[in-house]
Amino acid sequence: MAILVDTETRLVVQGLTGSEGRFHGLRNRSHGTNVVAGVTPGKGGQDVEGVPVFDTVASAVAATDANTAMVFVPAPFAADAMYEAIDAGIVVIICITEGVPAHEMLRLHAYIQGRGVTVIGPNCPGALSPGKANVGIIPAEIFREGAVGLVSRSGTLTYQIGHELTQLGLGNSTIVGIGGDPVVGSSFLEILALFEADSQTEQVVMVGEIGGDEEEKAAAFIESEMSKPVVAYIAGFTAPPGKTMGHAGAIISGSAGTAQAKKEALEAKGVRVGTTPTETAQFVAEIVRA
Amino acid sequence: MLAHGEAHPRPPEPDRLARALDLYEYQGKELFRRYGIPSSDGRLATTPKEARAAADELGTPVVVKAQVLTGGRGKAGGIKLAESPADAAARAADILGIDIRGHTVTKVWIEHASDIEREYYLSLTFDRSAKKPLFMFTTQGGIDIEEVAATSPEALVRLHVDPLEGCQPWHGRRIVYDGAVADPGEQKQIAAIVGKLYEAFVGCEAMLCEINPLIVTPEGEVRALDSKFTVDDNALFRHADIAEMRDVGAADPLEALAREKGVTYVKLDGEVGVLGNGAGLTMSTVDVVTFVGGRPANFCDLGGGGDAQGVVDALEVITRDPQVRAIFFNIFGGITRCDEVARGILQAVEQMGIAYPMVVRLDGTNAEDGRRILTEATLSNLHVEATMLDGARRAVELAA
Repeated sequence: MAILVDTETRLVVQGLTGSEGRFHGLRNRSHGTNVVAGVTPGKGGQDVEGVPVFDTVASAVAATDANTAMVFVPAPFAADAMYEAIDAGIVVIICITEGVPAHEMLRLHAYIQGRGVTVIGPNCPGALSPGKANVGIIPAEIFREGAVGLVSRSGTLTYQIGHELTQLGLGNSTIVGIGGDPVVGSSFLEILALFEADSQTEQVVMVGEIGGDEEEKAAAFIESEMSKPVVAYIAGFTAPPGKTMGHAGAIISGSAGTAQAKKEALEAKGVRVGTTPTETAQFVAEIVRA
Repeated sequence: MLAHGEAHPRPPEPDRLARALDLYEYQGKELFRRYGIPSSDGRLATTPKEARAAADELGTPVVVKAQVLTGGRGKAGGIKLAESPADAAARAADILGIDIRGHTVTKVWIEHASDIEREYYLSLTFDRSAKKPLFMFTTQGGIDIEEVAATSPEALVRLHVDPLEGCQPWHGRRIVYDGAVADPGEQKQIAAIVGKLYEAFVGCEAMLCEINPLIVTPEGEVRALDSKFTVDDNALFRHADIAEMRDVGAADPLEALAREKGVTYVKLDGEVGVLGNGAGLTMSTVDVVTFVGGRPANFCDLGGGGDAQGVVDALEVITRDPQVRAIFFNIFGGITRCDEVARGILQAVEQMGIAYPMVVRLDGTNAEDGRRILTEATLSNLHVEATMLDGARRAVELAA
């Protein structure tokens, strides 16, 4: 089954004619993703290696029945692109673009509530269901198909943990990078709920980091709503307060948002937290083999 | 959604969101004035002479206030009252050049002294947990707001604003009535300031707008006596005037160099230089170096691209830190290609004559090519390790 992206995905790439959009759109297609359309205003009627380009998302959907959008347009226009996709009836939107203003995400987040649309990102690596579909920039080669759901606020750290799982002979149902910005379309809770409902997923790894309180909220959710075992990893134990560690969301403000606090919140709800990516993968292997 | 009086309020500290531009008091007040939030008239001075001229122009008494991007100015002697222009020059001479929590004072704000009857607190922050702007108000202003939250949470009004609804007049009414502001004149002025603060917050795409204290004068006039204003970096492309307010000189010199080179760098206090690609992996690398018994010298993220020049730039920043004894490269190739990184390392070693031990761990895209390039270079100070954990151990060993 997998979550978010699979063989049913019909992808429209917003910004397909840009260099990044083209590179990753075609890379996703070569991994088996059904890339049905691109959208670039003013370039309707063209094509990118056989993928038809439309001026609007609405016309792309009308012609191709696209149900999923990947947003690669520059940051100042990314929120606009997402609203356009929502209006056109797209149900899963994955925004890779980095640098989207926080106030725009605040309004977009409020807007999508109750509309039946899932937004992943911005500033995220996307979602990959090995063997089915890849939407985003996750290198598919390092993952294999399996039963472990992986959700993360980070990109390369996700690859690291996925790689460690692969080394132990474990594969993934879906890998979802939710993004490192202060406000993202979907947080851990939404993705954990999808994994809980997914028949392919048997265990879940949650990769968090300093800043915010999404890991703490996830801890409560895992205890009350999840039957599947969850293993966690938190990055940023040694991060000094008040300093941003690369991700806009990764900052410790005052006493809140520390890795230690998150680890304690998770462990209090029975979630094992690895001290290193290696140990995290080992915990998963122990559960699988138990 | 009013959380006022709830049993266990979350710490109400302003969530000072990152990648954000912190403004000085005088800059924040300039923005306040633009949105019609009343504050005292003042002038900026960088010398005692300018301070005297400012006091002359404003009329005494004045307050001389250190402009620094940190709290605790008052306790550190950074705020002084002056009765005459000559006194203002003397007080400015006292304050200019002093160190407040690691920040050297290079400018002072000279402001008309205010008579204060009462001190309140009003702020609007970006509450990332609720994903809504959050107003906080208390009549117990002028002191540490975290202390108010801890000792008398019932005195702190917390009110979220739905970003689609925006700030309506009822928000102002709720804040003054729940905050138990008794005087009708004050109620009216504060409710108006609430609306204007929201306009400033949205208009400037701020992450934090704080007025502490919000004062009431003996004449019953409500005014902002201080400002804390932080703006989202990602929005600065459409706020050129605010972007210009950035004081590049206030940043740590190494961090400023990194910014110029497009490298994300945070100075830490150890011996093992850390270079990774991607924020999460780099953070994790810093952690792992610590867990195996080492002390990281920095967090340095190559970012998504990571071409050879990017590696050279990053190494230039890392090696400026005299504390560094060894460097650990932890690269997981995705978009970043490991062969490119390997070439960058060799290029940097050649250009910069780096003599420190360097431990390199490469995985992902073109990792084998990258490892081969490094091994074939047969440099005595270059050590290739197979895993992140082994690499961290080796680097810590070599830095000892």
